[in-house]
Amino acid sequence: MRLRTFALVLFLLTCGVALAQDRSKPAVKNISVYAELMKAPKKAVARRNPLATDPDAVAAGGKLFSLHCAECHGEMAEGTKKAPSLFADEVQRATPGTLFWLLTNGVVRRGMPVWSKLPEAQRWQLVSFIKSMTPTSKPADAEQPHSAQR
Amino acid sequence: MLPITLHQHSSFPVWLFSEATAVCRSSRALPLGLLGLVLLVGALPLHAQESPYIVTYDHYLEEPGSLEVEYFSTFGTQRAGNDFHAFWAEFEYGATAWWTTELYFDGQTTFNDSTLFTGFRWENRFRLLQREHFINPVLYIEYEQTSGADKILKEVEGHDVEADYAVPNAIARQEHDHEIESKLLLSSTFAGWNIAENTIATKNVTGGNPWEFGYAIGASRPLALKASAQRCSFCPENFIAGVEMYGGLGDRYSFGLHNTSHYLAPVIAWNLPSDWTLRLSPGFGLNDNSHRFLLRWGVSREFSGFGAAVSRLFGGRQ
Repeated sequence: MRLRTFALVLFLLTCGVALAQDRSKPAVKNISVYAELMKAPKKAVARRNPLATDPDAVAAGGKLFSLHCAECHGEMAEGTKKAPSLFADEVQRATPGTLFWLLTNGVVRRGMPVWSKLPEAQRWQLVSFIKSMTPTSKPADAEQPHSAQR
Repeated sequence: MLPITLHQHSSFPVWLFSEATAVCRSSRALPLGLLGLVLLVGALPLHAQESPYIVTYDHYLEEPGSLEVEYFSTFGTQRAGNDFHAFWAEFEYGATAWWTTELYFDGQTTFNDSTLFTGFRWENRFRLLQREHFINPVLYIEYEQTSGADKILKEVEGHDVEADYAVPNAIARQEHDHEIESKLLLSSTFAGWNIAENTIATKNVTGGNPWEFGYAIGASRPLALKASAQRCSFCPENFIAGVEMYGGLGDRYSFGLHNTSHYLAPVIAWNLPSDWTLRLSPGFGLNDNSHRFLLRWGVSREFSGFGAAVSRLFGGRQ
């Protein structure tokens, strides 16, 4: 009986802590969230996107973005309280290799999961899509944005 | 415990209906059920790339704030006894990117016998390293409170053998187990393949039972590595196929393969764009101590923003 009570208390405690984790700081305006990009090793930074010339990579990446990323980064990648905008200079100036490295490793401390569960080719497709985005494709600036396709 | 005796060959929907009716008679259950429904409606379905494994764990955790609701079923053949259909519901919540917590409710129908609720499990998985490595370790800790009639075979450990499951439900359910189960999950992803190895150590804290050991290993790969540009249900990248093998390794006093059971099971998962995942796995016993055949299948759906919905409900920041 004591074990059961202990398990119940532990469970309720877990629920409380788990829910508290959700009240994270808004990510949109937090510049430091981009600092992780600077931590990519040189070898990763120098990697080239093998799908850079693939004509379908951007469209496929857009589909993957809407399936896996839009929930946190926003449907148009504009950023939400959970994850930063991908239109930021820090992201757009980053090399494809850096973005691939970040996707692969996530930023576990800050709540971004690792995405190595997606095959390498799909991660490169996502990189192609992110690098194809321009500020003009933001919903506020463009009538028919070509970014995230739901 | 809510044992419900049904007629011969009762199936899951009948059990579910009876269970639900009994539970809903309780005055507290209805508001709780409605609350759960409201929270699920407030959360959005999320497409996830789910692994096909049913027994083996890889190192990927639930996305933070997401709730995955899953139902699994296992049909097992039984020599010197009645075949059975065991089932469980899982509620898997991503507390953080490095911690997933999960609640299970188990039940089973033994043909020509009865249908029982057999217990619950509460598991936690902790990612030990922040970044991806060639081998990625995850620590798994579970508390389970089940009866001796539990037959979901979610893991095989110690000297679990087929004959243990031939005991009639009326007798088996009188045994109550409180187990602490720990696993070290190791998983690697290379060239589209996932290779996962799990080692299991379990201690039944009721009585003087020794530590028991087991293993599960799995390999899987999507049928296509590149995504197609269109949303589609039957694109090869939506299917992940593989194989898993699991079994017992004896206990502290008799470690090894003697008097243990082992299974080999091809697995396939179909990740639908409509946010559902279906899994199927026919399993085959590898020695005389094993059930000859286990057919497992499961269906799951992930809801993102569940944590935020609960947080808002209790006055959290928008």
